[in-house]
Amino acid sequence: MSLSIKDHEIDIVIGALRPDLTSFMSEWRPIFSRFHLIIVKDPDLKEELKIPEGFNLDVYKKPDIDCVVGTSTSTIFSGYSCRYFGYLVSRKKYIISVDDDCYPAKDNKGILVDAVAQHITNLTTPATPFFFNTLYDPFTEGADFVRGYPFSLRSGVQCALSCGLWLNLADYDAPTQALKPEERNSRYVDAVLTVPARSLMPISGINIAFNREVIGPALLPSLRLGGEGKFRWETMEDIWSGMCVKVACDHLGLGVKTGMPYVWRNDRGDAIASLRKEWEGVKLMEEVVPFFQSVRLPREATTTEDCVAEVANVVKEQLGSKDPIFARAAKAMVDWVMLWKSVGSSTSSPGA
Amino acid sequence: MAEPATATQAAAPAVALLKDELDIVIPTIRNLDFLEMWRPFFQPYHLIIVQDGDPSKTIKVPEGFDYELYNRNDINRILGPKSSCISFKDSACRCFGYMVSKKKYIFTIDDDCFVAKDPSGKAINALEQHIKNLLSPSTPFFFNTLYDPFREGADFVRGYPFSLREGVPTAASHGLWLNIPDYDAPTQLVKPLERNTRYVDAVLTIPKGTLFPMCGMNLAFNRELIGPAMYFGLMGDGQPIGRYDDMWAGWCTKVICDHLGLGVKTGLPYIFHSKASNPFVNLRKEYKGIYWQEEIIPFFQQAVLPKDCTTVPKCYIELAKQVKEKLSKVDPYFDKLADAMVTWIEAWDELNPIGPVPNGKAA
Repeated sequence: MSLSIKDHEIDIVIGALRPDLTSFMSEWRPIFSRFHLIIVKDPDLKEELKIPEGFNLDVYKKPDIDCVVGTSTSTIFSGYSCRYFGYLVSRKKYIISVDDDCYPAKDNKGILVDAVAQHITNLTTPATPFFFNTLYDPFTEGADFVRGYPFSLRSGVQCALSCGLWLNLADYDAPTQALKPEERNSRYVDAVLTVPARSLMPISGINIAFNREVIGPALLPSLRLGGEGKFRWETMEDIWSGMCVKVACDHLGLGVKTGMPYVWRNDRGDAIASLRKEWEGVKLMEEVVPFFQSVRLPREATTTEDCVAEVANVVKEQLGSKDPIFARAAKAMVDWVMLWKSVGSSTSSPGA
Repeated sequence: MAEPATATQAAAPAVALLKDELDIVIPTIRNLDFLEMWRPFFQPYHLIIVQDGDPSKTIKVPEGFDYELYNRNDINRILGPKSSCISFKDSACRCFGYMVSKKKYIFTIDDDCFVAKDPSGKAINALEQHIKNLLSPSTPFFFNTLYDPFREGADFVRGYPFSLREGVPTAASHGLWLNIPDYDAPTQLVKPLERNTRYVDAVLTIPKGTLFPMCGMNLAFNRELIGPAMYFGLMGDGQPIGRYDDMWAGWCTKVICDHLGLGVKTGLPYIFHSKASNPFVNLRKEYKGIYWQEEIIPFFQQAVLPKDCTTVPKCYIELAKQVKEKLSKVDPYFDKLADAMVTWIEAWDELNPIGPVPNGKAA
């Protein structure tokens, strides 16, 4: 953990889609206990949450959400999107967010991975999006920029988002997991790297961290599948949000890293059962990817909120007529910016 | 602490993949003792040895290898006046080997690179991994967060469009190095003791539109797909710059691959790089390059090839034109280099004619 980062600058946001968080919290205790936690209960979840003692946390349930945003708006936080409420109400600089079916992983040497420390390291060391370093993150100990890396690009840019990975149950879509039901990810890749500028990727919401002050508003609930369900195989909300984040980061000159830390993702759900529901998402990605690849934000968009509003505009114009889901997503993005401005704390300008 | 594998630990594969379709190109100035360690992995393959430096010296090749060897006299004889494009007293001369090869694939390796060990202690068959990389598709249009989806135990992640899952042909496979990392001279001077001990178990496609520093120490490519772009420039004797040969080839190659929809992979395999070259000597060679790359990189990042450049030689000639137009003002060296790039293509075409020879007989 970087000595310059204080524990009080960090919030850990957990979206609770299952009521019993006892084993989840116990397993994470050695790593989470020093931090403030925000637990947001899926408004659709009927049972009471079970949370062990000894944590510094705030829990938000449906009545709390209704109170802050109103009963009609609170529906946007259903399912996995409940975590966005936590991002909205947090006042901290850094947020780390992990799904409630993920546990601490062990690295190749059998040592427990401190996912929080790794995410914070990723966020507090520069990213290098303009030129690829073949030895991966040059700011890691034991590594550096390689021969041929221009010196003018070696100071890097601020890292806004850190995307972690998953051992055991990888974040595959339903068709892929259904085809290979026994496949589990056992490969621990000891690397962090910056995703190059203008390269898009599927940003999974399962294990991420970000600088809320710099990029907060761009992590947003907006694309909701008609059949969205309570398994990641039945969602695309994070993938859509991730596209917005990457486009905004590329435009604002911020970096996105991917790689470590790993979390251990427990087996849950049935890929074949989810196949039916996710088909819609798989189809939509065929439109979504070329669309985001073509988005160019105007020079006047200088803040993250500007970027989100601009993207919403273009979504409405170019995708709105193709499928009502996009028109709804565009409106949700516009509403989110307004919500962020009224409820969320203001963002500083990028690069601060 | 990284250590090379010992010869006894290296186990030859049951089947030598592509044994009649791949040449191993090795530039050397000293000796080829290092081949002894690679024997289990390299012996089935044909070697092309390009001898740099004094042609009167005899390079001893270990017994049992099938090889052809070219020294400066051979290069001059074969290319005539066009031999001016091949560097002298620099490992850049290796690209002559690419030109004379008749095979589909090339693997090139430096003579101070040995067999590395993976974290389990097993000797790494670098050639086999390169072949796997080249024979499976690349995915340059969308980044897969679990790295190469074609590797065993991996796949495309949720959100990856199905229409992009076929990938594109892989033109080049860029391997890495344990022990002595490929740092430039200033970094070597600041960190003389740094050793790369991190084994990153990944292969990944470098996204379209992104440039990278291509190191020629441990590199493989599909000669049929991208060979003419692998010109290693004018370096060494009589030239103002050194240690930028592979960099130059890498930037040209990546721009052309991006234009033609071909992929470049980086990551595994690792080799064990044993020799740290003298950083003061390196500094003298790289000095100009360190300044020039600040102009060169934006040039390549902004280079656009016209739609009618549909083959690698056409792309390369066009790039040479743009180098002359835009980089000559940086230094007259680039003017010479642009000319050499054209000479290279002419020489390549001469040695690699397509279709029947002009007098009507089949090639």
